[in-house]
Amino acid sequence: MAFLFKIKSLTAGYDEHVVLDNIDFTVSENDFIGVIGPNGGGKTTLLKIILGLLKPISGSVEFNEPLLKRSRIGYLPQMSAGDNSFPVTVTDVILSGLMIEKGVAGRMSAEDRKKASAVISDLGLEKIKAKPLTQLSGGQLQRVFLGRAIIGAPRLLLLDEPDNFVDTSFELDFYEKLHELNERMGILMVSHDVGTISSHVKSFACVNRKLHYHPSPEITNEQLSEYNCPIQLVTHGRVPHTVLQKHE
Amino acid sequence: MMAGSIFQYDFVIKGLLGAIFASITAGIAGTYIVSRRLVFLSGGITHASFGGIGIGYFTGISPILGAAVFAVMSALGIEFLSVNQKIREDSAIGILWALGMAIGIIFIYLTPGYTPNLMSYLFGSILTVTNADIIALGILSIVLIIYFAVFYRTILYISFDEGYARTYSSYVDVFKYVTISLMAITIVMNIRMAGVVLVISLLTIPPNIAMIFTKRYKRIIIWSVVTGFAGTAAGYYVSFVAGIPPGATIIFALVLLWVLCKLTFTLVRKLKLV
Repeated sequence: MAFLFKIKSLTAGYDEHVVLDNIDFTVSENDFIGVIGPNGGGKTTLLKIILGLLKPISGSVEFNEPLLKRSRIGYLPQMSAGDNSFPVTVTDVILSGLMIEKGVAGRMSAEDRKKASAVISDLGLEKIKAKPLTQLSGGQLQRVFLGRAIIGAPRLLLLDEPDNFVDTSFELDFYEKLHELNERMGILMVSHDVGTISSHVKSFACVNRKLHYHPSPEITNEQLSEYNCPIQLVTHGRVPHTVLQKHE
Repeated sequence: MMAGSIFQYDFVIKGLLGAIFASITAGIAGTYIVSRRLVFLSGGITHASFGGIGIGYFTGISPILGAAVFAVMSALGIEFLSVNQKIREDSAIGILWALGMAIGIIFIYLTPGYTPNLMSYLFGSILTVTNADIIALGILSIVLIIYFAVFYRTILYISFDEGYARTYSSYVDVFKYVTISLMAITIVMNIRMAGVVLVISLLTIPPNIAMIFTKRYKRIIIWSVVTGFAGTAAGYYVSFVAGIPPGATIIFALVLLWVLCKLTFTLVRKLKLV
């Protein structure tokens, strides 16, 4: 299995404040990795580094080109990132996922619109494809932005807290869709809801200044504390329940 | 009106062309400003440009050129601050807003003798609009149409979700700076029509009328130009007949149009439901 990118002894942060300290991390094709860790632990910083939005203080990110170019990563940002009252339609948002191929003066061809139609029907958005974003529910928005992330057929999909979209009726569909996509692309999903994602991901990366890779979807409190990863753990089972750990 | 027919004819042509170009430039710029929520910023740019008008008077250079320099510089300055997020943006705009007005007043009072047409810069005027102003506005219309037509998707997507655009493009800041400069120039050119105090409404009311009917960016631009023309032409006509500064009559006509559209749309919707 070919690797998609390798992070090598990388340190990153803002001004003098170090958020990620000398981490190593490799993501390969068909990986489905849940990125967990406390708030402020560096999850978002990790995504910014991978996307190239933040320059590392030291160390490097190496992409396995031409299999994956940095600009071709499929990216689903956090819900609050965009302005959902902006006058733009579902189809136009999905088409924006093709802009990297288009350049600044790009126009959308019939071919591009075909790609958009395919994504729209794949995600069940036909009825709302001409609607402005203002009229959509949280779950619909989530699928629209997923459409934007995957229309370019990326080899890597980055998801930043997709569980924040709060629309439980679509949640299961959403994860099923991710499994399907995982056959074609590696997935890296930032989440604070370990319980929900542990039944979907193949492995975990725990980020809290350091990065610890955990190669199975099963994770215990003991392992978390060993990783120095102070997060809530929700146990599996028919009725999910939260195990609260002692706080320091 | 006592004016001769040739003068009146020339005057009507000038007013009509002015209305067409003002509505094209204000419609395009207004859609960008309203959808990106830059109305307050645009108000700041407009008033900051008054400093340039004052310096223009004082030095004897064209006041509109001074205004353009001030407007573009303050637009770039505020966009730079927002890109680098080092300062509270709304406070910066508020300071710039008042500073521009203060500089303008200081230099106008320092200018010896009578300052002609000062009122026309504050509230707009058709009488003082020159052929050169109309031509400049015409050229700006063409520039804006070409710029928005060629880079439509890039402008749309950066406005909508700048953070996402940064993941695939390294030209986001370049486009933000170029576009906001064009917006500043549009504002200054329209000051000749509607005046410093009222020009912001010329930019913001038409897109808001358009958004009653459509939520698509391209259509908002088109409808802004159409409704902007209706309001501007009607305002000019009343200004001409009643001898009131056009800035005031245009804004009044546009607001009236907005209320009428809103009422009609609501009524039609209600009737459909019944």
